[in-house]
Amino acid sequence: MYTTELSKSDIGMKSDRTKSGPVAVEDAALLDAFEARVAADEFIEPKDWMPEAYRRTLVRQISQHAHSEIVGMLPEGAWLTRAPSLRRKAVLLAKVQDEAGHGLYLYCAAETLGTSREQMTEALNAGKAKYSTIFNYPTLTWADIGAIGWLVDGAAIMNQVPLQRTSYGPYARAMVRVCKEESFHQRQGYEIMMAMANGTPAQREMAQDALNRWWWPSLMMFGPPDENSPNTAQSMRWRIKRDTNDELRQKFVDITVPQATYLGLTVPDADLTWNDETGRHDYGAIDWEEFYAVVRGEGPVAKERMKARREAWAEGAWVREAAQAYEAKRAARLAA
Amino acid sequence: MDTAATKRDWPLWEVFIRSRGGLSHKHVGSVHAPDPELAIRHARDVYTRRMEGVSLWVVRSSDIVASDPAQAGEMFEPAESKVYRHPTFYDIPDIVKHI
Ligand SMILES: [Fe+2]
Ligand SMILES: [Fe+2]
Repeated sequence: MYTTELSKSDIGMKSDRTKSGPVAVEDAALLDAFEARVAADEFIEPKDWMPEAYRRTLVRQISQHAHSEIVGMLPEGAWLTRAPSLRRKAVLLAKVQDEAGHGLYLYCAAETLGTSREQMTEALNAGKAKYSTIFNYPTLTWADIGAIGWLVDGAAIMNQVPLQRTSYGPYARAMVRVCKEESFHQRQGYEIMMAMANGTPAQREMAQDALNRWWWPSLMMFGPPDENSPNTAQSMRWRIKRDTNDELRQKFVDITVPQATYLGLTVPDADLTWNDETGRHDYGAIDWEEFYAVVRGEGPVAKERMKARREAWAEGAWVREAAQAYEAKRAARLAA
Repeated sequence: MDTAATKRDWPLWEVFIRSRGGLSHKHVGSVHAPDPELAIRHARDVYTRRMEGVSLWVVRSSDIVASDPAQAGEMFEPAESKVYRHPTFYDIPDIVKHI
């Protein structure tokens, strides 16, 4: 899954170096050299000099991305015990496990910038961290699992593919691994949609209903429109971002509409038309009020998601403690 | 970085995978784990879900010694200026074979 840059302020993600380090006036020569490297499409690595704003932006973006992968397991995890066949269950389990992996690759990438896993976990559990708005919508029927794979992972792929060339090396490498794994996520989702769309009238109706509910939130996943995305210009200059939100959203619409047509389902947008002049689809207005409400934490199941994360963390405490006790014993034995 | 908060994190391990027999181990990423055995298990779960390897190494990240990127220029300059270490530096007429 993925997250867009949701907030302009730093939320609970203090990098140790920015807060306590001796912040000197950044050397103009270093900054010039940095910008030249980025402009030449070189990768920046953890120990390289980088402007503090670059570091902060990356910590925020990568940690939000990581949190999205982790919280993203919840809507699908809810259906693991209710999958309609053993095959579907095995597939969904593998997908959810992949998302955990994505979260871990990304946390590690963020840690190379001087934040700690503990800080990020705490920020998420305290409700101070942002994650993709899409996961604050409920999964009501099995068709939602199809729609999520098809649309949500589809939108994630659209966003993540260009991030394989993002300027920060560890982030780019994490994205390469993630992208390799995402394609199966989308295809298994579309396969579920095909089965439902060609099933009984009731199943067909479920498929349409899932598309109706997930279509607009999926378009919102690309983040606010370009004119309301003040950080985009800087992020693009630093090659943290490679395309604007609207460009990626348009691409997603153009690719996805024919896929809906193949399923015989209707995209829930009365204004959706093919534009011969631009060679692209025109689509209707997005309800940005809804988007900002979900960003503020007013999504339909936002509280439930946070509660589930906190409970999982608390219930796993004994495992972490046991592992640590075992290691302490082992170390003591070695020392004796 | 040695604040109380970061100390509560399990140590970080760098993960290396041999993708198949005959190839070297290659760095793929890192994991947190309390001890070496769990580091190997976590590395398997995180980095080899698709038959990516036949062998795993984990090394405590704090045990890795790295060259300083700020010194990369001076560090690698000796190799850069010695082009005569490459076979293409030497002009041998085409008529001479197998050389
Ligand atoms: Fe993912
Ligand atoms: Fe995914």
